[in-house]
Amino acid sequence: MAALGALLVLTILFSATVGPIPIDALVVAKSSLNAIGIPAGITVVVQDLHLFGLTIPLPRPDLGYVYPFSFSVPRSAETIVRDLRLPRIFLAAVVGFALAAAGTVMQGFFRNPLADPSIIGVSSGAAVGAVATIVLFTSLPLQLMAFLGAIVAAFVVYAIATRNGTTPVATLLLAGVAIQTFLGAVISYMMIHAGQSLQEVIRWLMGNLKNSTWAEVEVTLPVAVLAFGVLVLYARDLNVLLLGEADAHSLGIEVERTKRLLLAVASIITAAAVAVAGVIGFVGLVVPHVLRLLVGPDHRILLPTSALAGASFLVAADTIARAGIAEVPVGIITAAVGAPFFLYLLRRREVHTV
Amino acid sequence: MISVENLEVALGEQRILTDVNLQVSPGEFVGLVGPNGAGKTTLLRAINGRLDADSGTVRLDGDRTAALSAREISRRVATVHQETNVQFAFDVATIVAMGRTPHRSRLGGDPTGTEQVEHALDRTDVAHLRERRISEVSGGERQRVFLARALAQDAPALLLDEPTASLDLNHAARTLSLVRELVADGKAALGAIHDLDAAARYCDRLIVLSAGGVVARGTPEEVLTSETLQAAFDARTIVTPNPATGRPSVTVLPRPATTGRRIHVLGGGSVAARIVSDLWAEGHRVTVGPVPTGDTTTTVARSLDVETLTAPGFTHLDDATLARARELLSEADVVVFADPVVTPGLPVLSLAEDVTRPILVEARPFSERNFAGEDGDSAYSRLQARSRPVTVDGVVDAVTDIPETSKPTDSSR
Repeated sequence: MAALGALLVLTILFSATVGPIPIDALVVAKSSLNAIGIPAGITVVVQDLHLFGLTIPLPRPDLGYVYPFSFSVPRSAETIVRDLRLPRIFLAAVVGFALAAAGTVMQGFFRNPLADPSIIGVSSGAAVGAVATIVLFTSLPLQLMAFLGAIVAAFVVYAIATRNGTTPVATLLLAGVAIQTFLGAVISYMMIHAGQSLQEVIRWLMGNLKNSTWAEVEVTLPVAVLAFGVLVLYARDLNVLLLGEADAHSLGIEVERTKRLLLAVASIITAAAVAVAGVIGFVGLVVPHVLRLLVGPDHRILLPTSALAGASFLVAADTIARAGIAEVPVGIITAAVGAPFFLYLLRRREVHTV
Repeated sequence: MISVENLEVALGEQRILTDVNLQVSPGEFVGLVGPNGAGKTTLLRAINGRLDADSGTVRLDGDRTAALSAREISRRVATVHQETNVQFAFDVATIVAMGRTPHRSRLGGDPTGTEQVEHALDRTDVAHLRERRISEVSGGERQRVFLARALAQDAPALLLDEPTASLDLNHAARTLSLVRELVADGKAALGAIHDLDAAARYCDRLIVLSAGGVVARGTPEEVLTSETLQAAFDARTIVTPNPATGRPSVTVLPRPATTGRRIHVLGGGSVAARIVSDLWAEGHRVTVGPVPTGDTTTTVARSLDVETLTAPGFTHLDDATLARARELLSEADVVVFADPVVTPGLPVLSLAEDVTRPILVEARPFSERNFAGEDGDSAYSRLQARSRPVTVDGVVDAVTDIPETSKPTDSSR
């Protein structure tokens, strides 16, 4: 796990050297250290949110920071690293972390190797929210709408699959597939009528991290960390659930309550990632599988290692995405790199177990 | 201590359990037997709280399970399931350690956990497998691993759902004797067991469940009778004491056809018993006798509702028995001599002197069956001369070959 943590730091530093203006690693390291801020105070700022013509005052915590390092580096380099590259890299790391963690939980929860973070309609819901905002309601905040779309879709799938307080996972899976298909139709219909904004819709649907800001990191990171903390607390329960619900019950797990909680938290962490980065496929499916091959099925180890590996993977993929002459959406890179690598593993080792 | 009172469980519209009452005390292994669909698994699930009762109560150590959390229940009762998903690569030690789940808080530790897990691994003789993946150990070893997990759970009661269903003889015996040992240590165990002989051998008491209700309960000897099994399983069975264990042993016979010949069997011992049950299974109307009261043939024939004439010994048959024997012989289409024993006075041979072309099945050499000296020799030679020799396996075919019209006694005179 320490190795994976180190790998993540190195990936981030390397990634920050890559770009239209190459910056050497030492400068990057110094600039990055300069950028580290320690929260030193909190004030609550009331910010107005404009939603459907209404103005809602929304309290938002605002943190004051203290910067412990001040190496001397060229100002232009520091600006590029600190304001352009690092926010994007950090967001990639957070999104990769979130998607891999959610994917691990979903695969364990469904006891199905094909499960990924969007299996219960989260990504489709986010996509409907985002596309609707781009095409129809341009005045609304896109990321918030995507997040809400994701949560609503997950909740609808859950509600459809639940009867008399129990939620069979097979029903949940099928309801998820059906809702995804339906939302796919809604998205396609909106795209036909997208006109000028079609380009933007496609960019979002393919997933990309361009123009990321520290503000996005500030919102996504706490959600991801908190949700991940809850998931780690439930790692043992996830292990026991792998043996089947009857076994889990007889070992004292409140099965339905635990399922509900895991599903909710995994959906929230996925929604937070998808809302800022769009639909980035394959991270949540492949990374957990690869780590399961390496560290085994025990979620106490699998969950944190998957999350760290997912962060490194997405940072690396996004670096490739922006390193070329013309930037491509990162979703294309994750799929194009991830799929062959996964097939290679599939041929070499048995990946049919969860 | 498990206690179930007036339990009723319905799944949807279907009522699965009706008015079930039972108690299992520490130091007691109670077997739950009954046909598929009788509600055995449902009963176990209602006891461990996986299913809610529609009415009635389940108590564990005096407290109603309805008022207990899953965690509290799992500290009082551990369950070994019929099948557990092992499509993953956990090692054996991790699986057994999962038994500690009910004793571990989410953030805190489990001070006695390691010790309990080690004890469970040793007790069930799977310690040497600790690093093996659960998906890679054999079915019998796997079941012991899940028993170890239940043991690590450190609950006073144990529920077992068909723990030996997919195991070979050795592993089944090993698993059940392990349960017996745990019971001897003071656990209360309730197990659904489909193998009646195994249930009879290892359980202190049996409860027979049929169509959702208890139809019989008691010691294996009290419960395993042809009558009870007929009622519960709708099956014809023969119950005999197992020669090795002395416990009841159950043999199920195929359902008979409704038509067939009238066949009278003379003889005794295992050969006659086998012939009677074979012919009965083919749907023939079989009668037997006279045979000694304690003979195997008597036990088998009685279980099949076959009319059986018994006599304390063969030397002196009373008049009533003789008269009834003659009647049966005259009504029979076919008479079968099953490895007959010849006793002084030749009562059986003289009784059947009139029978033409009987079927003669010989297993032991005649010298071992002759207790009547030279008289026996000559009478037996006459029997051999007029009968059809057939092997034990050939009896069913030989009987079918004989035309239905040839009534031996009618045509002889």
